[in-house]
Amino acid sequence: MKIIRFFLIGIIFGIVMSKSEAISWYRTHEMFRFESIHMYGIIGTAVIFGIIFMWAMKKLKIKTLDGEYVTYVPKKFHLPRHLIAGTIFGLGWALVACPGPMYVLLGHGFWIFALVILSATFGTYLYAIVRHKLPH
Amino acid sequence: MNFLNLTIMDLISQPWHWAFSGFVIAFILLISTWAGKSFGVSSSYKVMCSMAGAGKRIPFFDLNLKEEYWRIAFVVGAIVGGIIGSQVIGSPEPVDISQATINHLVNDFNMPYPENISEGTGFIPEDLYNLTNPKGLFLAILGGLFVGFGARYGEGCTSGHAITGLSHLQKPSLFTVIGFFIGGLIMTHLILPLILG
Repeated sequence: MKIIRFFLIGIIFGIVMSKSEAISWYRTHEMFRFESIHMYGIIGTAVIFGIIFMWAMKKLKIKTLDGEYVTYVPKKFHLPRHLIAGTIFGLGWALVACPGPMYVLLGHGFWIFALVILSATFGTYLYAIVRHKLPH
Repeated sequence: MNFLNLTIMDLISQPWHWAFSGFVIAFILLISTWAGKSFGVSSSYKVMCSMAGAGKRIPFFDLNLKEEYWRIAFVVGAIVGGIIGSQVIGSPEPVDISQATINHLVNDFNMPYPENISEGTGFIPEDLYNLTNPKGLFLAILGGLFVGFGARYGEGCTSGHAITGLSHLQKPSLFTVIGFFIGGLIMTHLILPLILG
């Protein structure tokens, strides 16, 4: 059941990422050059409503379909890790795309993104190999 | 009735306003949470490593795959959503980016921007990122590596941190997002001009 649920949620995600143009390389480039409000508007609106939705689900004690209350397991705070990892990710974001958009762009028929996804998977593998040498 | 259908299709095929788009993304976070999972895309790479058998050699990938297949279902759905978003309700015009960005692309990168849909959709620079351009292939693979490495080291990507983490008011997510912007600004303003300029 969970498979079908998330397949359907994925479809909605693919559609909104397409119609919002958030997957566009050009929109990303424009955002990092501060030449439009578009991407900031999308992320800002999503976060504002996201905060309200998550707050409401916790406050009203709404149970998930699995019958559990909404919680978030906090990640350990480690400033160098967040900044270094974030910076590496950001280099890739501005060069090609974020993970979600990679899949959606593949759906658009840009076949090179099959290679990008493969490469990102390999990047994850590389991290696992060297992780004990990195600050955590 | 035909006229009405056409009008509705025209309306839905227009690019969506950023405020509406942002709301729908928050809605996706809401239904994901309600369906019992924390919304995040980059873990799909980890699951694929595990599916390829990496768990046998590296404990990091030793996952209970039955619990992780929903992540694969989500990204397959995202591909299908991309097909619908481009083939069924694709916009009649290329992405309407700002004139300032177009001028910069033309003047600094010699990258002409598509003027109509037959020249391109404005989603990716197709002359650079295609399977026959060696430079584009190199950059695409490099970019993928950065994203896959950085996302796992940072325990999440734009969806997991900028959307989910910030919505839960998480300090680690805030600093990871700041990192995203440091990297993005370095690439856009310092490195891309060197490779594309």
